[in-house]
Amino acid sequence: MRLTFTVNGRKQQADDVWEGESLLYVLRERMGLPGSKNACEQGECGSCTVRLDGVPVCACLVAAGQAQDREVVTVEGLADFARQRDHGGCAAEGHGISLDDAKRWRSKPGENAQLSPIQRAFIDAGAVQCGFCTPGLLVAADELLERNSSPSDEDIREALSGNLCRCTGYEKILDAVRLAAARSEEAV
Amino acid sequence: MDFLRPASWEEALAAKAEHPTAVPIAGGTDVMVEINFDHRRPDALLDLNRIGELREWEVGEETVRLGACVPYTRIIESLRAELPGLALAAHTVGSPQIRNRGSVGGNLGAASPAGDSHPALLAAGAEVEAVSVRGTRMIPVEEFYTGVKRNCLEPDELIRAVHIKKADGPQQFSKVGTRNAMVIAVCAFGIALHPGTRTVRTGIGSAAPTPIRATAAEEFLNSALAEAGLWDSGQIIPPAVARQFAELVSGAANPIDDVRGSAAYRRHALGVMARRTLGWAWEEYRGNERSARCA
Amino acid sequence: MGATRTPSNITQGSKAKGGIGESTLRPDGTLKVTGEFAYSSDMWHEDMLWGFTLRSPHAHAEIKSIDTSQALAQAGVYAVLTYDDLPTEVKNYGLEIQDTPVLAHGRVRHHGEPVALVAADHPETARRAAAKIKVEYVPLPVVHDEATAIAEDAPLLHPGRTDHHAGHVPHPNIVHRQPIHRGDVAAARARADVIVSGEYEVGMQDQAFLGPESGLAVPGEDGGVDLYIATQWLHSDLRQIAPVLGLPPEKVRMTLSGVGGAFGGREDLSMQIHACLLALRTGKPVKIVYNRFESFFGHVHRHPAKLWYEHGATRDGKLTHMKCRIVLDGGAYASASPAVVGNASSLSVGPYVVDNVEIEAIALYTNNPPCGAMRGFGAVQACFAYEAQMDKLAAGLGMDPVEFRQLNAMSQGTVMPTGQVVDSPAPVAELLRRVKAMPLPPQKQWETAGQSADVRALPGGLSNTTHGEGVVRGVGYAVGIKNVGFSEGFDDYSTARVRLEVVGGEPVAVVHTAMAEVGQGGVTVHAQIARTELGVTQVTIHPADTQVGSAGSTSASRQTYVTGGAVKHTCEAVREKVLELGRARFGSYHPAWATAELLLEGGKVVTDGGEVLADLADVLEGEAIDLELEWRHRPTEPFDLRTGQGNGHVQYSFAAHRAVVEVDTELGLVKVVELACAQDVGKALNPLSVVGQIQGGTTQGLGLAVMEEIVVSPEGKVRNPSFTDYLIPTILDTPTIPVDVLELADEHAPYGLRGIGEAPTLSSTPAVVAAIRAATGLALNRVPVRPEHLTGQQYSGG
Repeated sequence: MRLTFTVNGRKQQADDVWEGESLLYVLRERMGLPGSKNACEQGECGSCTVRLDGVPVCACLVAAGQAQDREVVTVEGLADFARQRDHGGCAAEGHGISLDDAKRWRSKPGENAQLSPIQRAFIDAGAVQCGFCTPGLLVAADELLERNSSPSDEDIREALSGNLCRCTGYEKILDAVRLAAARSEEAV
Repeated sequence: MDFLRPASWEEALAAKAEHPTAVPIAGGTDVMVEINFDHRRPDALLDLNRIGELREWEVGEETVRLGACVPYTRIIESLRAELPGLALAAHTVGSPQIRNRGSVGGNLGAASPAGDSHPALLAAGAEVEAVSVRGTRMIPVEEFYTGVKRNCLEPDELIRAVHIKKADGPQQFSKVGTRNAMVIAVCAFGIALHPGTRTVRTGIGSAAPTPIRATAAEEFLNSALAEAGLWDSGQIIPPAVARQFAELVSGAANPIDDVRGSAAYRRHALGVMARRTLGWAWEEYRGNERSARCA
Repeated sequence: MGATRTPSNITQGSKAKGGIGESTLRPDGTLKVTGEFAYSSDMWHEDMLWGFTLRSPHAHAEIKSIDTSQALAQAGVYAVLTYDDLPTEVKNYGLEIQDTPVLAHGRVRHHGEPVALVAADHPETARRAAAKIKVEYVPLPVVHDEATAIAEDAPLLHPGRTDHHAGHVPHPNIVHRQPIHRGDVAAARARADVIVSGEYEVGMQDQAFLGPESGLAVPGEDGGVDLYIATQWLHSDLRQIAPVLGLPPEKVRMTLSGVGGAFGGREDLSMQIHACLLALRTGKPVKIVYNRFESFFGHVHRHPAKLWYEHGATRDGKLTHMKCRIVLDGGAYASASPAVVGNASSLSVGPYVVDNVEIEAIALYTNNPPCGAMRGFGAVQACFAYEAQMDKLAAGLGMDPVEFRQLNAMSQGTVMPTGQVVDSPAPVAELLRRVKAMPLPPQKQWETAGQSADVRALPGGLSNTTHGEGVVRGVGYAVGIKNVGFSEGFDDYSTARVRLEVVGGEPVAVVHTAMAEVGQGGVTVHAQIARTELGVTQVTIHPADTQVGSAGSTSASRQTYVTGGAVKHTCEAVREKVLELGRARFGSYHPAWATAELLLEGGKVVTDGGEVLADLADVLEGEAIDLELEWRHRPTEPFDLRTGQGNGHVQYSFAAHRAVVEVDTELGLVKVVELACAQDVGKALNPLSVVGQIQGGTTQGLGLAVMEEIVVSPEGKVRNPSFTDYLIPTILDTPTIPVDVLELADEHAPYGLRGIGEAPTLSSTPAVVAAIRAATGLALNRVPVRPEHLTGQQYSGG
């Protein structure tokens, strides 16, 4: 079947989609967006968490056809999504590159990427080890902070209880969410 | 495999009549697991996501008419007052992501004995609105479950809504799992006090081929509360009565040994949960009575 | 999207100096938080096919026939391979013993063993085709424990063994046996005032890394193959893959892709050979990605174990002797079983001084899932048992369990049961002191301002099982000992290539190793070492591949020690070359070139007094210095097969835990409230990563204590191959983990560091169980502790 939907603000189309495919498979294998991860494919790990019309869901449990005409945000679009939310407008607006930044620019993967506050906090807090759980956790944590800008530890634990991490023991993930929350308070 | 995308309820009924083997999919939290793990290859999937009315609910005089696809998250956020037992049960479902997609209609369609909403529905009292092009049936939830992962829906029927009695008294729900979050029930128990009718209803999950009520326990407790005049006095339930109630709940179960837990443990845990949830619910009832009297 | 998606260089220019000892951030962090980091399951190639593996539904069966005709006839199917299609006479592989068939031949020995392979244009096509392969099985009797393994009529799992352990084992269904004898147990036993014994059991734990086994094999024009893969040791894979394919090693070009965790589970091969076979057969790129169900069959697990222990002590609390017997279930194939036996036996005494011991450890061949490496590697099982024994002894003597441990704690100079002298700091008593000194968490943290309870802080969590009823707190302690690096005489070396040049006026170092970055942060540390040794800020980490020499395995807590050591060693040699060049070019201009201690700092050659002698750019004059060198730690020796004597280990690692738990004693549900850890790390090269390792390892130990087990039926069937029923801790199960890091240098190791990855996984489990014992008064001789064990019911797994 043919599938048309919006991913990270862009209209996308896929053809010859098998009806049993998940949204996760379509994103990873047909859209070139492998950021959402395939750790369990049974909704028990949260690694594939994406926003579907704004709601955090496990992309592995959304049938591809159910995404028709809907809007999906993945980790690849998280920074833009956060910027639009913070500035209430287009991602590029109001965030020009300074001359100094431009001079420092280097063509190296990952360097100087525009990160959302939660992405920055995950790096700074040491919340990333193997990183396989990270994309799903970022989408879930970002949505938590959108709802609740100063969550208690138990709130953070509840909001992230659907995201398994096998490397970190979660402590530094808690640190990262606290850090992002504290930085946003400071910024206000 | 076909993928059917009805845009309206009428289209959905027509599609189900035309493709009786089509598997309805709403949140996908059961169906997609079976497809991803190659446990199921239906001829067709019938997507219910485009039918907006299924995600709506109406609070009536006596009941809440809960659209089949209302996600658990909405129940937790918006129906805690009307459906406290179901809201508690909804909060134990999977993870936040699953609660954003999963629904009571899906739980009923899958009819797993481990489904978290069943004990709450049984305790509150509920009817399933099953609809086909032939017409509508209202099925009491007790009669809905027919076996392990089987229900009494006809091949052309779809669940449109669940009509759940609004709480007229305290309700509780408790579930045992071997993890503190994101866990399938080893067993679960729901209880609802109905001061209006001076009855108590219960629901047991994951401890029999289908979700069941512990009717003997209910009858015992109803008469014990009546005989001692406790509904009026608001006094505490004697420990012996609570113990007997718990034993009868344990006895109502017909559990199996499986990888999630042993039958003996399930019986034991049900007794503990029955005693505790009765205690919490009754405390709340007594508190309400006291403040009502003071007012 | 380009035609392929494969790993790329990672560069990090640090604003700070970013050398060792600093908590520099991961160079791959940005890629990982933006979703751009290319994991093995993300590999993609135009026109690629999908591989799928047909697996045995039986634990033990004869294969009468395999008919692939219907599968081959299906549209979209490019190849179906069985044993008969293997291209060379090499049909088996294995880490130490080549006993594992690439595809089953005539017999399957465990549930989930690979039988046939399919390549098709879509994963669903491949699955449907695999379902059409007809395999005729005749079930055979199942060997599932020690009794059935050595019974008179026991079927031999591997008849006609010729491996190097075959000669000394008492039965062919025993992979390896290691006894250790020291002192005079009978005499010491007679001196004991208190003797305690116990039988302990450890369930089968799974690594449960989140990134499933996966990779992409691309056939080359030269008849070779390029393999992008998640593994722990590229060169070990290569050694096993190339002979099966009939290719010289240089034609199997392996590149490490992103690895979604490992924990030992990627030390053995999974889909590597299968993907290559399909790619070479079809002439097309082939991707294989296991789903979670398949992943449970796709890698080895932690050995389940039964352990019998006896300890004695004098009235004043001194250990007199220890006897133990450890039976590890190795499952159908050897994997790392022999080395696990070596660890279990040589570390079975724990971090204590015991002069009189009789130890025996064996690993069995059975029809259960194969078991091998997992974080803690043989030491985990022993630690659970000896720490339970320590608590029993303390109770028997009426002593405080921590003081009793401290009284018997080993220290530098202690002689191990193997005769090896511990020749670096072993602050066992101090770690216990530190962990005990940490403040205890407040009582009843679930209580809220109102009358209700926050169930998220109670046993059962969101499931609303208690509002405080039946909840009892308990506190428990444990400490453990783990070896670092490969032991028993293994040539445990690593290779590093370092290139130093000046690009656009700025000095840049490129570090190229074959080290598998599996999340542990080796890439961070390598860059720090290069900055420290070469005085540059810009360091590029080249993707790990087989174009450089072996880095050994990312396991045994060894990579920072050994590959870090190799990077340091090579950087030192590069620096020496720079100074040679400098002396040749500028030596005559300044006497300090000949007389002073010279360093590289900030892209300049400076004296140890800080005087700048030259710019690196001027010294190198456009040249690059590029060296590839091997480095090895001190040699070790094998253990004597009869006495167990030998200097088998190169370094030991120690951690201690204090667990605070709350147990719902009526429902048997546990909430770990806090799990404090103190660990000696020698030197923290990256303190942030050190703490992350300790917290992660601690949490895996918690999982083993209260929830994690692969349940295998007596028929050898895996009952719970899913994340629905194999449970690992969520963030609501994992407590606060305060960490106290001690840095006592090991003078034999680079920078004085100590391997850290595994030790915290050891003591976490027994500490949690000790706390549950303290709360309940129950004996609890088995992990994971199930609710049934706390409420008095039986659990059989159904």
